[in-house]
Amino acid sequence: MILLLTIFRVAFKALGRNKMRSILTMLGIIIGVGAVIAMVSVGQGAQQTISQQIASAGSNMLFVTPGALNSGGVRMGQGTTSHLLVEDCQAIERECPAVKYASPLVRTSCSIVYGNQNWLTNVQGYDTHFSQIKLWDVDKGTFFTDQDVLTAQRVCVLGKTVADNLFAGADPVGQEIRMRNMPWRVIGVLKAKGQSGQGQDQDDTIIAPYTTVQKKMLGITFINSIMVSAVSQEASSTAQAEITDLLRQRHRIARSEDDDFQVRNLADMAELANNSNQVMTLLLASIAFVSLIVGGIGVMNIMLVSVTERTREIGIRMAVGATGGDVQFQFLTEAVVLAVFGGLLGVIIGSLASKLISNALGWPTLVSTTAIGVAFTFAAVIGIAAGWYPALKASRLDPIEALRYE
Amino acid sequence: MEHAQALTNTDLHPVPSQNGGPVIKVENLHKVYEMGDTKVHALRGISLEICQGEFVAIMGASGSGKSTFMNLLGCLDSPSDGTYLLDNTNVALLSRIELARIRNQHVGFVFQGFNLLSRTSALENVELPLIYAAMRAKERHKRSRSALERVGLGERTDHIPSQLSGGQQQRVAIARALVNRPSILLADEPTGNLDSRTSVEIMSIFQELNEKENLTIVLVTHEPDIADYAKRVIHFRDGHIMRDYAVQKRRSAAEVLAGMPPAED
Repeated sequence: MILLLTIFRVAFKALGRNKMRSILTMLGIIIGVGAVIAMVSVGQGAQQTISQQIASAGSNMLFVTPGALNSGGVRMGQGTTSHLLVEDCQAIERECPAVKYASPLVRTSCSIVYGNQNWLTNVQGYDTHFSQIKLWDVDKGTFFTDQDVLTAQRVCVLGKTVADNLFAGADPVGQEIRMRNMPWRVIGVLKAKGQSGQGQDQDDTIIAPYTTVQKKMLGITFINSIMVSAVSQEASSTAQAEITDLLRQRHRIARSEDDDFQVRNLADMAELANNSNQVMTLLLASIAFVSLIVGGIGVMNIMLVSVTERTREIGIRMAVGATGGDVQFQFLTEAVVLAVFGGLLGVIIGSLASKLISNALGWPTLVSTTAIGVAFTFAAVIGIAAGWYPALKASRLDPIEALRYE
Repeated sequence: MEHAQALTNTDLHPVPSQNGGPVIKVENLHKVYEMGDTKVHALRGISLEICQGEFVAIMGASGSGKSTFMNLLGCLDSPSDGTYLLDNTNVALLSRIELARIRNQHVGFVFQGFNLLSRTSALENVELPLIYAAMRAKERHKRSRSALERVGLGERTDHIPSQLSGGQQQRVAIARALVNRPSILLADEPTGNLDSRTSVEIMSIFQELNEKENLTIVLVTHEPDIADYAKRVIHFRDGHIMRDYAVQKRRSAAEVLAGMPPAED
C-alpha cells in the first residue's frame, strides 16, 4: 500500500479537476448532514424550552381540583363542586410523607383601583407556602406571614404586570389599592416570571392570603384547589397516590364510586410533553437521515461515472505497477474525501442553521454534539459504503482492456 | 512445417556475446482468447530467449500475435500455456498482485498512444511508478527529474501532456518507463503516432540507452526501417515465430538525424 499522504494528494487532485461536479456531489452530503444537525438541535431546543417552562412552574408540583358536580344526572364540569376544604389541604400536608408543602388556592377576578388607574386581573389566595410551591419569590417588599393568613389581613403581593400597569414605575410597596371597595395594602411585588407553557402572562396576577379572599371577597368556606409540592420530582407519583387515597378516605368515597376530585401531576405532564417532543425530533431526524442517504447515493453515482470515465487512467496506473488494491484504495479515498468534506461543511452549515432557527423562535441554542458526531460519522460511513462498489469495480479492471478503452 | 522452420531460424540466430544469461526466456507460450463460443489462438507456441543488452524488434502483420506477445512480456496478461521466465522468475505462475509488482520493478512499458495521465505534469507522470513502489517524495522527485533530463526534457518538468509535442510526450513516457530502473524496456509501436523525424529521435534515445546503459529493449513495429535500428528482428505470423535474425546493416539513429534537414517549426 502506498504512502497515505500521497494517496490523499492524488484524491484531492482528481476531485479538483472536476470542481463543479465535486461540489455538487458534496452538496448532497452537506444538506444531509446539515439537516440532521439542524433538526435534532431544533428539536432539543424545543424540548429544553418546554422543560424550562415546566420547571419554572415548579417541577415537583401537583394540584388537586374538585371533580364535576353531579346534580340529578347533570354533570356540571370540572371544578364546579365545593368538596375541597382547608382541612383536606392540612391533612395532605400532615399525613402524606411524599408531600412537602400544600397550600389552599382560592381564585377570583376583580378590578383593582389605584388613584385614577384601574386594572382587571385575577386574585389568587394562597397560604405562606406559595413561594416554595411555585418557586416564585418577591422582588421588592415582603410576602405575607402566617399571622396575616390567620387573621385574614387585607394585604397583597402584586405580579409584575399589575404593578407596571397601576404604578407606572413608582414603587407600589406600602401603597394602598382598592379591590371590591375595600382598601388593601401592597406589601410586595413578585419577580417577573414571563409566559406560561400555554402562553398566558403569569405576571398578570395578585397574590393574597387565601383566608382574606375566601372571607372578605367571596364569602365561601371551601377552596378552589390545593397546590402541592412533592419532596422530589421522583416522589410526584407517590404523592399523587397518597393524596388520592387520603382524599377518598376523607370524602368517604365507596370503592365502587369515582373520585370527586382530581390530582394532576406536573412531572407527568412534563414527561408527556417531552415524549411527544422526542417523537417529533426523531421524525425530523429520520427525514433528514433519508436525505443524507440520498446524498450518499449521489456520491456512489458520481464515483461510478468517474471510474468509467477514467478507465484509461486506471489502465495506465496498473501498467506502471499499481495493484488492484492500490486502485481500489484510490477511488475509495476519493469517495471518503468527498463525504468527509461534505460532512464537515454540513456540520458548519447545520450548526449555523440551528442557531438561526433557534434565534428566530427565541429558543435556547442547543447545537447537539451527539447529532454532530452521529451525522459526521454517518457521512464518513456513507462515503465508504458508496465508494466501495465503484472502487471494487475499478480494481477488477483488466489492465489491457483498460488501456485500450476509448 | 512452418513451426520447424521457425526453430531453424532461431538456431541460426547468433547468441549475443554480451554479458550474462537471458533476461527473458519463453518456452512454448500459448495464448487463447475466448470470445463467446469461438476461441482465438493468438499465440501458438512461442519459444525464445532474449539476453541482457539485446535490442529486439518484433515485426509482423496485425493479428500475427505480436501485441499479445508484448502484453505477456510486460506482465499485463497471463499466458494460457507455457512458461515465461523474466529474470529467472516464472511469471506465468504469479498472482495479480505479484504481476503488478513485476510491472513496477522489472518492466518499463512505452505505448504507441503515449498513455500519459492528462492534466498531470510531466514530472508527476514520471513519478507514477515510484509512487507505487512506495518511495518517499524527495527521492521520487530527484529520480524523476534525472530521468526526464536523460531524455532531454529537463526544462519541461512542469508541462502537462497537452502542452508537449508528440515526440516530447513519448519522451516523458520513456522517462516514466525507465525511472524505476527496469531490466527490460518494452515498446509497443512507440513511433506509430510520430512523424519520421521524431521517430528517428525516439530511436536514437533507444539506441543510446541500449548502448551506453546496456538496457535490454524489445520493440514492436511494423515499419521495416524502424526495425533496422534494432540488433535483432523477430517476425511473427499467425502466432508463430517465422523468422528470427540479426540485423546485418544496422542503422544509427544519431547519424540519420545528422543527415536530416533541421526540424522545421
